[in-house]
Amino acid sequence: MHFAVLQFPASNCDQDCVHAVRVLGHSSGLVWHKDTTLGAADAVIVPGGFSYGDYLRCGAIARFSPVMQAVKQFADNGGLVLGICNGFQILCEAGLLPGALIRNRDLQFHCEQVFLKTANRATPFTSATPEDRVLRIPIAHGEGCYFADEPTLQRLQANRQILWQYCDATGATTDAANPNGSLLNIAGIANDRFNVAGLMPHPDRASEDILGSADGRYIFESMVAAFAKRGTAAAA
Amino acid sequence: MKAKIVITPKKAVLDPQGKIVQNALEHMGYQGVAGVHVGKYIEIDLSPGTDAAAARKALDEACHRFLSNPVIEDYRLEIAE
Repeated sequence: MHFAVLQFPASNCDQDCVHAVRVLGHSSGLVWHKDTTLGAADAVIVPGGFSYGDYLRCGAIARFSPVMQAVKQFADNGGLVLGICNGFQILCEAGLLPGALIRNRDLQFHCEQVFLKTANRATPFTSATPEDRVLRIPIAHGEGCYFADEPTLQRLQANRQILWQYCDATGATTDAANPNGSLLNIAGIANDRFNVAGLMPHPDRASEDILGSADGRYIFESMVAAFAKRGTAAAA
Repeated sequence: MKAKIVITPKKAVLDPQGKIVQNALEHMGYQGVAGVHVGKYIEIDLSPGTDAAAARKALDEACHRFLSNPVIEDYRLEIAE
């Protein structure tokens, strides 16, 4: 399976994503933000960083990059797209995911390990996650507070589009375990077709034991499983 | 001619920056501060001879699509000489 990893000016987790995917035994390559095609991509990762210096709003400029038109097309055709950190912000700005990410409630940049509860395990981004497994994955952001209006939040809940929530080590989604003030402790969501997802924590920084946690692999492995399943379905 | 655009966080959106500025004002002894909202100000220089009505229409669209994020922000657009 081949992952296309986008690269914007001031992306800084692009190489981490390329590496994480290769560690899992799959291929990956960078796609420059001015490119208008994604090449032979089976999935797309929009990586973390500070694209375009976070000018105006995080992700606001990146969403107009030529490559984002290709990503939109890819997503419309059902392709798997994962946005991590700044990538999540870009996907929200692009309208591929609902809501927005705003300043952390304490105005601090948070660079720390957090725990995540997988709120819906029946998706292409979560299916490989063991039941009741609390994921330990780092965050590193200043604008990760998820906001959406009440009707949107209700729709996210009703459709089970909330994939990951900040929790404590036991899996309880408490306010104390919420690092940034996100509504409903939301760390990551999917669109209503479940082929586009975004999250603030960095699975790319937690896919090898040497990095302190390999829990991020479950997210990439879920995507691989979903892609394999789709291939089988297409062949049949 | 200039376009002046003021962007503020929506009332329902948490505005920690506004809250902290409010706290600071209160600590400094300024009385009667009921709320502070920190936003952005954008000034756009328009080419000489630009039609004000057409500029307003175009910039209104730009504010909605790009300069503000309607999910979290409100904006006020003013065209001034």
